[in-house]
Amino acid sequence: MSPLDHILSGDRPRSRILALLLIAAFVALAFAPFLFPGTKALGVASRICIFIVLAASYDIVLGYTGIVSFAHAMFFGIGAYGVAIALNWDTSWGAIALGLLVAIIVSTLLAAAIGLLSLRLRALFFSMVTLAFASFALILASQLRDITGGEDGLTFSVPHLLTPAFRLLSQPFLGVRIDGRVVTYYLVFTTATLLFLLMLRIVNSPFGRVLQAIRENEFRAEALGYSILLHRTLAGVIGAVMATLAGGMLALVLRYNGPAASMSFEIMVDGILLMTVIGGMGTLYGPMLGAVLIVLAQYELQPGLAALSALVQNVPVLPRLINPDRWLLWLGVLFVVIVYFFPNGLVGRLRKRG
Amino acid sequence: MSCLLETRDLTIRFGGQVAVNAVTCAFQPGTLTAIVGPNGAGKTTYFNLISGQLAATSGSVWFGGENVTGLGVHQRARRGIGRAFQLTNLFPHLSVLENVRLAVQARSRAGVDLFSMATSHRNLIEQAMAYLERVALAAKSHLPAAALSHGDQRKLEVALMLALEPDIFMFDEPTAGMSVDEVPVLLDLIEAIKRQGDKTILLVEHKMDVVRRLADRIIVLHNGTLVADGDPAEVVALPVVQEAYLGVRR
Ligand SMILES: Nc1ncnc2c1ncn2[C@@H]1O[C@H](COP(=O)(O)OP(=O)(O)OP(=O)(O)O)[C@@H](O)[C@H]1O
Ligand SMILES: [Mg+2]
Repeated sequence: MSPLDHILSGDRPRSRILALLLIAAFVALAFAPFLFPGTKALGVASRICIFIVLAASYDIVLGYTGIVSFAHAMFFGIGAYGVAIALNWDTSWGAIALGLLVAIIVSTLLAAAIGLLSLRLRALFFSMVTLAFASFALILASQLRDITGGEDGLTFSVPHLLTPAFRLLSQPFLGVRIDGRVVTYYLVFTTATLLFLLMLRIVNSPFGRVLQAIRENEFRAEALGYSILLHRTLAGVIGAVMATLAGGMLALVLRYNGPAASMSFEIMVDGILLMTVIGGMGTLYGPMLGAVLIVLAQYELQPGLAALSALVQNVPVLPRLINPDRWLLWLGVLFVVIVYFFPNGLVGRLRKRG
Repeated sequence: MSCLLETRDLTIRFGGQVAVNAVTCAFQPGTLTAIVGPNGAGKTTYFNLISGQLAATSGSVWFGGENVTGLGVHQRARRGIGRAFQLTNLFPHLSVLENVRLAVQARSRAGVDLFSMATSHRNLIEQAMAYLERVALAAKSHLPAAALSHGDQRKLEVALMLALEPDIFMFDEPTAGMSVDEVPVLLDLIEAIKRQGDKTILLVEHKMDVVRRLADRIIVLHNGTLVADGDPAEVVALPVVQEAYLGVRR
């Protein structure tokens, strides 16, 4: 077995175009601070890394296990609040570790509780219960003002190593100042890469194979001696813990957290769900691609439309149609078109072509 | 010899209908028991009560001296109750090999191994291939299960049960819908299990020639009730069996 197969757990992209796209995305992210200098670009790149982990973790739950949960942003929020609350209380690495640990414990307990429910409830009703969990968490986050900062959220400082004032090198490297922002970015990039590869390993492990068997034919998997409850719940917990870690990274990057930043339904639907479905469920590479595309669209569609509408300002109707304020509409159109033409997502489509 | 499986007053009701009615019966290792009866007699339902897909209204199921009535399907499977289904029940989009590998893996208890690659467990794959050899499907191991012919799917169904290495094998009309030239492979297979000497086999079968060839004992279900039990030659001669089989032989 080649070293590449060890790293990718034998799960190759299985499409030349997909492989090229993934390599391009990886290289662009690996050298983002040098290829795309500037604070804003670095923010976009960080966000892509974080959402790759988040969407992939949702794919374990939705794509590999077939659980339709709307509570995934809740786990993302728990991670972000864990780090935010801890850093708000004490600016230290110990506080980050403690905040993450508490967040992981809370997420694990909640995910286990939701997993246990999944066996007792029918699919549609289960999805509604996850929605109830998510709403309740969101209400808690905005109501417990003393702890979470309410709707305004929390702004906090991070350890010196991660602050813009910190200089890793006294001289710029390749024309870029290596400050705390770049350090933060590489912390996020490395963590995201490792977590993604870990998830790739998990879905290709004996456990991952059982998840696929359960998705294919739950009745038969149980007759072979597999506990549906155990495997479903464990998959839910793994997805939740990964989302929690992604949330922790988000808080470190933003040095801020609030309900809209990490826990809202916009994150759940426009973010996680859209990325996973557009990219292709049950492939992990799909959500990775989806995360890249959607985050870029969220940042670039608006300015892109502005440029486009300026270009056609003398044509009737058109400028209004592609008014930058309509970007959400166009994102929706993109979503419908992709889902309609590629029901198995981009990766499903690319793999069919070979 | 002490019995491996026993049902005591096992009963299930669907609304007003009693599909299995107070069936008390014990099954010994090394014996192949054929279960016969007309369509709708309750044979499959009796199997579902034993392997756990249905919960009994009353009565109990004992396996290896333990009351398993309250246990779930997966717990009974792990204790050694093997089942091949009447309606083929596979993982259609997974390969033939992966179907069997999952069964082998279930027995190896690697199901909660999260951090190794499934493909690195060579021994599981080799064992799975060996079971596929036994049902003459090795050459088709790479195909998705859904691409197999009906007869081959029936064989794969049996291979999944073999791979679990159960103590009791429950076959529910294994040859139904198979072409004439495919049937012998399956019957030889059942005979091979029988020859191991220590396995308990339950076989639901409509074809009386098959029953005569394989069975050590026949029990007859009729409207959910056990109406006859004994030596094949005796049971086949009983008036109630002659009656039950009028017009229902396929
Ligand atoms: N889940 C269920 N709900 C309601 N009725 C059921 C259920 N399962 C079986 N029955 C009924 O119980 C009776 C026995 O059915 P069963 O499938 O056990 O018969 P069988 O002996 O296996 O017949 P066949 O030879 O056609 O396979 C039938 O009348 C059937 O309609
Ligand atoms: Mg039947």
